[in-house]
Amino acid sequence: MELRAYIVRRLLLLIPVLVGVILIIFALLQFFSPVQRAALYVRSPQQFRNLDQIIEKYHLNEPVYVQFFYWISEVLKGNLGWSKSVNMPVSDALLRFLPATLELLIFTVPLTIFIGIKLGITSAIHRDKPVDHVTRGLAIAGYSLPAFWLGLMLLMIFYGFFTGLFPPGRLGLDAEMVVSSASFQNYTYIHTIDGILNLRLDVVLDALRHLVLPVTTLTIINLAFIMRIMRSSMLETLNKDYIMMARAKGLDEKTVINKHARRNALIPAVTVSGYLVASLMAGAVLTETVFNYKGLGWWSVNAAVQLDVPAVLGFVLFIGTVIVITNLIVDLLYAKIDPRIRLG
Amino acid sequence: MIATLLFLAVVFSAILCLPVLVIRGRMEKIPGGTGEKTGRWENFKANLRPQIKELKFSLKRLRKSPLSIAGITIITFFAIIAVLAPVLAPPADPNRPYNIPRDGFSQTPKPPNENHPFGTTEGQFDIYYGVIWGTRTAFTVGLMVVGASILVGIVLGALSGYFGGIIDEIIMRVTDVFFAVPALILAMAFVTAMGPGLDSVMKALILVWWPVYARLIRGEVLQAKQETYVEAARAMGASNFRIITRHVLPNTIFSVLVMASLDLGAVVLTAAGLSFIGLGAPLGYADWGQMISFSRNWIVGPPGQPFLYWYTVLIPGLFIFFFVLGWSLLGDAVRDILDPKLRRK
Repeated sequence: MELRAYIVRRLLLLIPVLVGVILIIFALLQFFSPVQRAALYVRSPQQFRNLDQIIEKYHLNEPVYVQFFYWISEVLKGNLGWSKSVNMPVSDALLRFLPATLELLIFTVPLTIFIGIKLGITSAIHRDKPVDHVTRGLAIAGYSLPAFWLGLMLLMIFYGFFTGLFPPGRLGLDAEMVVSSASFQNYTYIHTIDGILNLRLDVVLDALRHLVLPVTTLTIINLAFIMRIMRSSMLETLNKDYIMMARAKGLDEKTVINKHARRNALIPAVTVSGYLVASLMAGAVLTETVFNYKGLGWWSVNAAVQLDVPAVLGFVLFIGTVIVITNLIVDLLYAKIDPRIRLG
Repeated sequence: MIATLLFLAVVFSAILCLPVLVIRGRMEKIPGGTGEKTGRWENFKANLRPQIKELKFSLKRLRKSPLSIAGITIITFFAIIAVLAPVLAPPADPNRPYNIPRDGFSQTPKPPNENHPFGTTEGQFDIYYGVIWGTRTAFTVGLMVVGASILVGIVLGALSGYFGGIIDEIIMRVTDVFFAVPALILAMAFVTAMGPGLDSVMKALILVWWPVYARLIRGEVLQAKQETYVEAARAMGASNFRIITRHVLPNTIFSVLVMASLDLGAVVLTAAGLSFIGLGAPLGYADWGQMISFSRNWIVGPPGQPFLYWYTVLIPGLFIFFFVLGWSLLGDAVRDILDPKLRRK
């Protein structure tokens, strides 16, 4: 019963956030002239010829609240405007570039969480010892690295020095041909998965080869985040009475740490994974740009530079929605793991 | 420019005043510390004793933490570069010192030589000049954004935490919205709307960064509100304003300072990212992010010489990296030292 009330409460809290994101985007729109804003209602290139008609139809010269009404009804219908940088509707562009970013995250998220937790525990166990200082120093260094610079340095070594070992882009020319050929079924547009489903190992390998550097970059940069949380939560747990109890009754240190401390210390690490998604998305924007990896981040940067406003705003709306939903899922998981939350 | 300097002066003096506020705040908490009738000064000294003890303990821990020492060293180094910029790299035109001098217009970078100690990057911009004056840009962006965010955060966070109720609910829902979109992405949208440029980048970053401090200060205020000394002040008839400014806020300062230290790095990193994308400083402005974007076409040299243009990538990148590293190291170490949960264990 309490869990249901909790879920309902969380769902209700979700609404003001989404409304807020929409309001911010709408407020940003007011920076532009009606002609520029008209691009947000365009659905095909032909319509650019009669923008006046659009301004008329969506009441772009009228008071703000009237405009908001017309705008929001279009957004709710899924019409986010025309992205001139890639020459397609924003909603189509979102769907087209999403799989690439998903592919990047599928590999980065588990790696980051796994290594981050591992390092955090090691660091906590050896607090103030050289191991701790080195691990923490490395994690902080990783966090301080500019994603775009790290990417360029990695390319310099693994693309320049080892000629073409891990190239930028998403697929090589050969693999690109295979993927776009008629015999290749694109189930998900995530090339590694599609490659396996089509039994084309060459595509899988090529996709992986292009993924190595972006995944490495994103992992290194986001590692410190999980590690830091894990370390302090582990330190706190190790000071709990039940740990003293476990040690007092003569359990060996390994059992104490793995069975008693780690499980409880993991809880805060789970709660921050929602923030991890946010931080990865921001990292993906720069990483995809550097590696010319054509995902959502690449598209949004490209759009921002070309002042393709509908694309940037559509991207922000999309990311906001994704993160709000992720946080909801994390909250629900958290309530399931930790009874204190739903009962407290 | 003058506005910038004025703002910096305000932020600096605010930071310098904080310890005084802390001490004054605490002085009023324990009236007549030693029991006998003494003057203000004796009273003050007696009340200060535990604080000095704690401060000494903190300094001891700080000295024992190699990471924090490294952080302080790095930041001092950069501060010296920023202050001495006109000496280290005398500007050709004193009115526009942030414009990197160009030596011709050729695209191909030139390696370090007598005239250009770090070489020139794409478009023959002098790398040495760019990174030296870029340090000033980094400090300006970092201090402006963090300073302004703290100011906004203090006002909104204190209101939210102290009064609670509907004010709290509204302010917190607004911060939720800002947390729903990563800072870099939201700032990117703001800059796109306001038009590219360093000013837009700073405005956009302030717009997306204040919720961090509003939340932090709200949390601290909520905690401080429970303390007996706040109840005592209220019982003595102190006004809300007085309680907030004299009793509650001074006790939130340490966590704000830790956060500010970590954020100074993060803000500069985000700003550099925006500049790298091409939304930041105008062409030729001394800015680290832009200098890295110049190097994008030169990461791979001709066959046989893969690292021919290393200086275009490595040098500005190292400047950003160490700048952010310094603030992160300091913030991280200080956080551990000041965290009462971990402090004495």
